[in-house]
Amino acid sequence: MLRKIRVALAAIVFTLLTLLFLDFTGTLQAWFGWLAKIQLVPAILAFNAGVLIFLILLTLIFGRVYCSVICPLGVCQDIISWFAGKTKRNRFTYSRPLSWLRYVMLAIFIVALSLGLSVIVALFEPYSAFGRIASELLAPIYLLGNNLLAFFAEKIDSYAFYSVDIWIKSGVTLAVAAITLVVIGFLSWRNGRTYCNTVCPVGTVLGWLSKISIMRPFINVDKCTNCRLCEKNCKASCIDIKTHAIDYSRCVACMDCIGKCKFDAMHYKCAFAKKDSPQKDVAEKSDDSSVSRRNFLSLTALLTLTTTLKAQEKAVQGGLATIEDKKIPKRTTHIVPPGAQSIKNVERHCTACQLCISACPNKVLRPSTALTRLMQPEMAYEQGYCRPECTRCSEVCPTGAILKITRENKVSTQIGRAVWIADNCIANTQNVRCNACERHCPVAAIHLVAVDPNDRRSKQLPVVSTEMCIGCGACEYYCPARPFSAMYVEGNEVHRTI
Amino acid sequence: MEKEKKNIDRRNFLKTLGAGVAVTGGALYGFTPDIKAANTTSSSKLSGEVPTNKMTYRTNPHSGDHVSLLGYGCMRWPFRQKPGSKEEEPDQETINRLVDYAIEHGVNYFDTAPVYMRGLSEACAGIALKRHPRDKFLIATKLSNMRDFSFEQSKEMYLQSFKNLQVDHIDYYLLHSLGSVENCKKRFIDNGMVDFLVKERKAGRIRNLGWSFHGEVEAFDYMLAQDIQWDFAQIQLNYIDWKNADTSWNVNAEYLYDELVKHNVPAVIMEPLLGGRLANLPYHSLKLLKEMDINATPAEWAFRYAGTPEHVLTVLSGMVYMEHLQENIRTYSPLEPVNAEEDKVLQKIALQMKNSDFIPCTTCQYCMPCPYGIDIPSVFSHYNKCVNDNLLPKDAQDPNYREARRAFLVGYDRQVPKLRQASHCIGCDVCRSKCPQRINIPQEMSRIDVFTNKLRTEIY
Repeated sequence: MLRKIRVALAAIVFTLLTLLFLDFTGTLQAWFGWLAKIQLVPAILAFNAGVLIFLILLTLIFGRVYCSVICPLGVCQDIISWFAGKTKRNRFTYSRPLSWLRYVMLAIFIVALSLGLSVIVALFEPYSAFGRIASELLAPIYLLGNNLLAFFAEKIDSYAFYSVDIWIKSGVTLAVAAITLVVIGFLSWRNGRTYCNTVCPVGTVLGWLSKISIMRPFINVDKCTNCRLCEKNCKASCIDIKTHAIDYSRCVACMDCIGKCKFDAMHYKCAFAKKDSPQKDVAEKSDDSSVSRRNFLSLTALLTLTTTLKAQEKAVQGGLATIEDKKIPKRTTHIVPPGAQSIKNVERHCTACQLCISACPNKVLRPSTALTRLMQPEMAYEQGYCRPECTRCSEVCPTGAILKITRENKVSTQIGRAVWIADNCIANTQNVRCNACERHCPVAAIHLVAVDPNDRRSKQLPVVSTEMCIGCGACEYYCPARPFSAMYVEGNEVHRTI
Repeated sequence: MEKEKKNIDRRNFLKTLGAGVAVTGGALYGFTPDIKAANTTSSSKLSGEVPTNKMTYRTNPHSGDHVSLLGYGCMRWPFRQKPGSKEEEPDQETINRLVDYAIEHGVNYFDTAPVYMRGLSEACAGIALKRHPRDKFLIATKLSNMRDFSFEQSKEMYLQSFKNLQVDHIDYYLLHSLGSVENCKKRFIDNGMVDFLVKERKAGRIRNLGWSFHGEVEAFDYMLAQDIQWDFAQIQLNYIDWKNADTSWNVNAEYLYDELVKHNVPAVIMEPLLGGRLANLPYHSLKLLKEMDINATPAEWAFRYAGTPEHVLTVLSGMVYMEHLQENIRTYSPLEPVNAEEDKVLQKIALQMKNSDFIPCTTCQYCMPCPYGIDIPSVFSHYNKCVNDNLLPKDAQDPNYREARRAFLVGYDRQVPKLRQASHCIGCDVCRSKCPQRINIPQEMSRIDVFTNKLRTEIY
């Protein structure tokens, strides 16, 4: 029963958390965004005392249920490990704790956190590691499925689904996500929760608390027949039947052992209670064949969709001028979204979970490739601009790297300012009339000025009122000069209010 | 027995009542009896027999030609894939079938031009018509010397038409698309082309000489004032353009027609459907039509309207499908003229259409390609579709605002790729001079962009 509850809760939390990274409409983020905010490291970075107290109390009472239910990377490992268990039963054995490794890893993590070495923090923080897997590897498949539905919706004139562009935002982040998945997958396939109990800094910290938690699994030595079934099924490898001891710092309170014991010798109970209350445990089976079917379906969908998309592209191109892709200009200072307050603030708080990047509907945010802020969000305007009414990234960020901002404050926050490059401007070089930047500026910071005020047909060139510019990038995005725009936004290190 | 009698009585009573209602109805709506009759007796022009010998004909006072009121416009004939290649060729088989059917059912006026159908229309018409006796059809073609208006090139174009059409005389020859006075002088007067063509008319190689008009009213007046008796002139006429030609460029058809009558020049009508717009009316306009006659289609009304004025020689329709051809033949076999009361309703619709947000684009593609990649006709047709379906989200308070907003935005992205949407128009004005409907394209693009952006911004 306890195991069932754990599995059910974990399934709900894991599904919703994954969907946070997949849902591009922003609906789920509004309802379940808090699931990202109750993750431990993000809560620490956001100084979210309420969540911290809750998590500490939770662990002190129930043990490391955080690792079994709330942490998406933990649940992800359980899923992989469950599949591995299908091929080989009773595959775990007790192993001694690698305490030195755990403490070294934790020390490295804390040092990195305090020194602001965001790459290291991002690499080992479990929630963010999962976030990258979800947004880089799962989201494309999800979007393909959506596009397939949109394709059929279009056939029947329905507007229920609309198709979205799928693009690789950063090769580095994709590679990191893929490597993380392979490593985590390998470890959990072989040995269950190895990562959680040797590398994960969250696991180590919570382990200290769970050692003294109120509720813990206990072995009733009188009933135990030393069959070692519980030990062989402990994915944390923390039950030592020889000594009838459980390493509570590693136990993730998954309740698997309780269900496995045929002799009613294993119980999850209050450490301070005297009486042993016998429990009826039911062996359970669960059917997950639907998972593989779903995988198959999405794979087929992927194949069909790529072919149809190609065909459509051809039909559209006929008789139209080709449009060259825009390239990202070199900026001396990169741009971070409104609400981030300063570049430093992002570098200090961000764990590179990619939630803001997958939430961005305007294709503006993408993971950085610079080493000092690897995979952290930064902005570019070659595929869209930061629309004034959108505040999604600030709403989803769990770590306080991007703080919540209202629309009103957003349009009065200068995150950068537009710079005009005369040599790229077609109004200047090709003698073409163009008002794209002026027309699209949401704060009227760009005005066309005649070069010769006495000539009515004089060239008109754009002038930026830097004090009014908010750095949204509309001018850069809509500028017809390609591949490099005649207007580009140079970031502000610290955002200003105008 | 008693019971049966009762039944009969009741039936009789109902009959009498029905007649009474009909009479009262007729009395109340004095002008409508024939329409009411049409309501119950005649069926839609969309189905049923296609008469072969009832076509209405008009006589050209200059040549004495009997011209069928329905004229066949040869600019939209279908293309098909060349077997074993990616190129397209005119679907001559279908074209022949359409032409045969038209002639069988009394159509005898065929209007082509050297520039139609990627330059292949004349040849297609020639092949299809060659299979019929020469006295069964009247062929009209044009001097489309828009690019090169030297005498030599223009004459070359004229002579080529004979070869393409495989004929020794052309029944109706037009100076193609008068724009401005300056343009007329350059293309036709100063190079001596008109003098040459008048001589050709004398020689009998041209039986009727005229022009088509698409431009500034001064050009129209200028051509009429020439010391030449024109045998016909081609103008845009429909119930919207009659009094409410809705761009700064178009001239009210009422003026054009009256001037032609004064100069004894019969009128050939183009754009009776205004680029298809009058075949697909917004709901509130369609309702007015259906209240007059539940069976009549909007296209039928438009054709009846265009054919009603006495001095109209023929009404051109670029028919692609057999169904359209049949429907139009039915409409004019014979023509039922639009009466004064019906005309009032049509003028009311014209005002409704004038006030709507509709952009009078006929998707002719003349503006394309836009150098900045905008798909101008697709942007306009998406916008117009929403105007027509009454799907244009107007006010956030409207009950269907959310659905309308979604339909507009999602539909927009489906119809037009993002980079080709109105927002990427830079206002360079290159397209503006190319539009035969004289739409201020950059201004309309900006209007659609502002509208779309407003929708995107209002998230609620």
